[in-house]
Amino acid sequence: MKNSKILAVTLIALVTFSSCNNDDPIAVNEEELITTVTTTLTAGNQIITLTSRDLDGDGPNAPVVTVSGDLLVNTTYTGAVTFLNESVTPVDNITDEIQEEGDEHQLFFQAPAAIGAFTYTDVDGNGKPIGLTFTLKTGTVAATGNIVVVLRHEPAKSAAGVATGDITNAGGATDAQITYPVQVK
Amino acid sequence: MQTKIYIVFCFCLFCTISFAQNTVSGKITTQGGMPLSGSHVHIGKKTVSSDASGNYVIKKLPVGNSKVFVSYVGYKSVDTLVNLSGDQVLNFTLKENVDQLQEVVIRQKANTLNKSLLEQKIKTETIEKFSNQTLGDILKEVAGVSTLKTGSSIVKPVINGLFGSRVPVINNNVRLQDQEWGTEHAPNFDVNAAGKITVIKGASGLQYGGDAVGGLVIIEPVLVKKDTLFGKTILNLASNGRGGSVSTSLHKGNDKGWSWNALGTFKYSGDREAPDYVLSNSGNREANFSGDVKFTGKKYDISGYYSLYNTTIGILSASHTGNVNDLYNSITNKIPSVVNDFTYAIRNPKQRVQHHLAKLNYNYFFDETASLAVQYSFQFNKRLEFDVRRGDFDAIAALDLELTTHAVNVDYKKTVHDWTLKSGFNTSIQNNFANPATGIKPLIPNFDRVEFGTYGIASYDLSDSFSVDAGVRYDFSRVDAAKFYLKSRWEERGYATEFADFIVGEQGNQWLTKPSFTFHNISASAGFHKEFDASLNWYSNISLATRNPNPSEFFSDGLHHSTGIIELGDLALDKEQAVKLSTTLQKKWTAFSVEVNPFINSIRNFMFLRPVGFETTIRGAFPVWEYQQTNARLAGVDVQTHWKISKQWQHDFALAYVNGKDITNKESLIDIPPLNLSNKIQFSKSDWHDLKLEVKSEIVLRQNQFPDNNFTTNIVVDNELVPVLVDISTPPPAYQLLHFYSEMKFKTFGKTNATVAFSVQNILNTNYRDYLNRQRFFADEMGRNFQIQLKFNY
Repeated sequence: MKNSKILAVTLIALVTFSSCNNDDPIAVNEEELITTVTTTLTAGNQIITLTSRDLDGDGPNAPVVTVSGDLLVNTTYTGAVTFLNESVTPVDNITDEIQEEGDEHQLFFQAPAAIGAFTYTDVDGNGKPIGLTFTLKTGTVAATGNIVVVLRHEPAKSAAGVATGDITNAGGATDAQITYPVQVK
Repeated sequence: MQTKIYIVFCFCLFCTISFAQNTVSGKITTQGGMPLSGSHVHIGKKTVSSDASGNYVIKKLPVGNSKVFVSYVGYKSVDTLVNLSGDQVLNFTLKENVDQLQEVVIRQKANTLNKSLLEQKIKTETIEKFSNQTLGDILKEVAGVSTLKTGSSIVKPVINGLFGSRVPVINNNVRLQDQEWGTEHAPNFDVNAAGKITVIKGASGLQYGGDAVGGLVIIEPVLVKKDTLFGKTILNLASNGRGGSVSTSLHKGNDKGWSWNALGTFKYSGDREAPDYVLSNSGNREANFSGDVKFTGKKYDISGYYSLYNTTIGILSASHTGNVNDLYNSITNKIPSVVNDFTYAIRNPKQRVQHHLAKLNYNYFFDETASLAVQYSFQFNKRLEFDVRRGDFDAIAALDLELTTHAVNVDYKKTVHDWTLKSGFNTSIQNNFANPATGIKPLIPNFDRVEFGTYGIASYDLSDSFSVDAGVRYDFSRVDAAKFYLKSRWEERGYATEFADFIVGEQGNQWLTKPSFTFHNISASAGFHKEFDASLNWYSNISLATRNPNPSEFFSDGLHHSTGIIELGDLALDKEQAVKLSTTLQKKWTAFSVEVNPFINSIRNFMFLRPVGFETTIRGAFPVWEYQQTNARLAGVDVQTHWKISKQWQHDFALAYVNGKDITNKESLIDIPPLNLSNKIQFSKSDWHDLKLEVKSEIVLRQNQFPDNNFTTNIVVDNELVPVLVDISTPPPAYQLLHFYSEMKFKTFGKTNATVAFSVQNILNTNYRDYLNRQRFFADEMGRNFQIQLKFNY
C-alpha cells in the first residue's frame, strides 16, 4: 500500500540524514579576549606597574587589580599600556593589534587633577592620538584617587576634545575599562 | 478569585442544552440505482457517511431551514435547503460528473478543531498590504497581538503579553524551528508566501504541540483548487530606507492531477530614518523562494514543498555597547551614539540567516468523512551574527549556529454524525551545532533533542447551536547537550554538588559537561461554543500548556551586547505550566458588530530574567540577570468592533489590555505590552475603480506596571568616579501615530488587473520609542514613510 511505502521512505530518510553527532565539542579559543591590562609608569629608576588581570574573562571572578607602588609628587612619568590575552597559550599580545588599527582605537586616561595630567605621545596614521604611550605629570601635593583607563573601539576620533583625551564625545564601544587606585606622595 | 472563575466556567461547560428532535434518513444512489456507500452527507451542522447500502441517518436536527450538502467523489454534489418539521426521509440520486472543470468545489476545511476558541484570521488582502514588511507587523492587525522588536526589521509576535518559545509559529503545517528563543531572532518567514494566517490566543491547537503558553500562529499557503493558471506580482517602493521589494508568484491549480505554486521575493533597503536622524546600519536584504508540486488523485493527494528564506539584517550601530557606561550614556543622551550619513551598506553588527524547509505530504481520503495525513519535514536553520570586533575577527561571525530538524507527523481525522475526531502523533530529531571557530563562547551549546508527541481531539455538536470540544496531548522530550563551563561559573552557579554527574572532562579552566534532561508532559484543552441566535455567539475555552525550558533558559552564559547585561541560565529550571481561560462574546447587529475577549492565564514556574547583582570584567562592571521561576498571572481583554456606517463608510476599533503580575514576588512582569487602541476609518466606492481610503490612528499608552530593575554604576564625571542611576526600567511615554492607506483597481487587458496603492506610515513624523523595542535605549523609532505598491494579477 502506498501509505506504508511513504512512511518507510520518510523513516529511512530520517535515519539517514540524522547523523547524531554526539562527539565532544571543541573548546572555543577566545583569541580576542583581553585578560590583562598593564600600565607602566617610569620616571628615572622608578618603575610603577599597574595591572588588572581577569583570567576567566566574562566569568564570575572579578579582575585582580594590583598597583606596585606610590607615585611621587611633581614628577613626569613616561607611561605605556599593554593588553594581553593570557587565556591562550602562547600568550597573545593584543597591544600590537591596537597599534596596527590605531585609527579605530583610542585610550582615555582620567584622574582627578590632584593626581596629575595626561598627555598623549603617540599618533595613528591620521595624526590622531592612540594612547598606548603617554606622559603623566603628577600633582604638586600629596593625594589619593583613581586612574581610570578606558580603551574605546571605533571612537569618533575627530569629535570635539577627543584628541586631547576628553572622553565625553568619543562614542564607540568600550573594550576595556580599568580603575586603578593610586596614591601620590 | 481565579478558582471562582474556573468553577463558573466548568459549570457553563457542563450545563445541558435543550435538544431538537428531528431525524432525517435516506439513501444515496447513482442514476443507475446503484447505492453509493461512503458518500458524504452534511445537514445543518452534522455530517455522516452513507453505509454499504447507501443508507444514512442523521438525528437531533433542529426545526426550520437546514442546509443539505451531499457529495461523492466523481459525482455532482447536491447543495440545497430543506425545511424540517418532523422526521423525514430524503433520498438523493447523484449524477456522474463528466465535465469536472465546470464543477469547482472549494470547501474551506477548518484548520483546527477549536470550536470553542474564536480564531483570528488574517486574509490575503491584508497580507498583501504588508508585502514589504514582516510577519510580526501583519499579526499586529489582530487585537491582542503586539510585537517585540529589535530595530525595525526584527519583529516577533507577542500574543496576550507572551512571545518567543511561548508562541510557536506553524508554517504550512510545519512547526518553525529557528532559534526562536532569542529575543532578537524573528520568525524566518517570507510574508508573501502566506495565503491565510490564523492566530489562536491559547494552547488549544494541540495537534501542533502542547507548549503554546502564549498562543499559536498558523500560516497556510495560497491554495488553488480550480483548474487555472494565474500569477501575481507585487512591487513596493518605500521612502524610508529608500528601498522596496518585489514578489512574484505563479499558481497552477487543478482539481485532479498536477498543480503547483512558485514564489520568489526580493527585498532591499538601506538605513531607516527616525524623524531627527539616520538609524545607522538598519538596512536589510531578503531573497526568498518557495514552491510546491502536488498530485491529486481520486482518493489521495501527494505533495512536495521547499522554501528558502535568506536574509541579512543590519543591527543599529548605536546599539552595540561595550559596558554599562556606554548604556548609561545612551539612555541619558537620548540620541544614538553613532549617526552616519544614509547608506545602503550593512556593516557589523549584523545577522545573516538562512532557513531551508523541505517537506513531503501524503493525504489519503478513506471516504468523505475520514482522512489520514502523513508528513515528513526537514528544516535547516543557519544563523550567523557578526559583531563589532577587532581586526580580522570582524569578518568572523560572533555566533554561528546550525539547527537541523527532521520531523514526521501522522494525523487522522474522522467525522461521524455529531462527532469530529482528530488524532495523531509526531516525532522529531533535532541537532544544534555551535561552531567553535567564532572565537567566542556560544550562547547556545551543541545539543541533540528527540521529541515524541501524541494527541487526540474531539468535538461534539450537542445541538445545532451548541458544540463542545476537548483534547489531550502527551509529549516526551529529551535533550542531550555538550557545553564547556568555566570552572568559576560552575561554582558560582552552585552546580558543583547538584550536577556533578554532568562533568565528563576538563580543559584548562573549563569543565566539559554533558547535561541531559528528560521531560514527560501533558497538555489539554476543553471548551464550548454556544450560538444563542445568528447574531450572538459565546465561545469559552480552558487550556493547559506545558513548556520545557529552552536552551537559552538552561544554558545562557555570557554578555549580551545590546542590553549590556550578563545573562545566566539555570540547569535546575523545571517545566512551566499554564492554565489559560479565555472567553469571547460576539454580537452582531445589522451595521455594527462587537467582539469582547477577556482572558486569564495562570502560569506556574514562569521562566523570566531577573537582575541579581553585578560582575566585574576587564570591560567594567555589568549587571547580572539570571533565569528564575515564579508564579505569574496574565489577565486582560481584547475588544474589536466593526461599524458599517453607510454604504461607503466603515469604522474599525480595536483595544488590547493585558496586566502581568509576578504573584510570588508581588511585582509587575517585565515587557508586558501597554494598553493600545486603534481606530480605522475607511471610505470605499466601487464605482471609482474600487477606491479605498483609510486613515488609521494608533494609540499606545505608557506602561505604568513595570518592575524596577534600575541599578547604580560608577562613571567618570570631571575625572572623578561618580555613582549614577542607570534607568533601564522606566517605559517610554505614550504615543499616537496616524497612518494613511489608499488603493484603486484597474482592469488592464484581458483577464489581468492592477491595483495601485499609496500609503503613508507615521504621517506626522512623530518621535517616539516603544517599550517593546530592544533598541529603545538607543534610538527613536522610524519616522514618516511613503510607500507605493503596485500589484498585478494575471
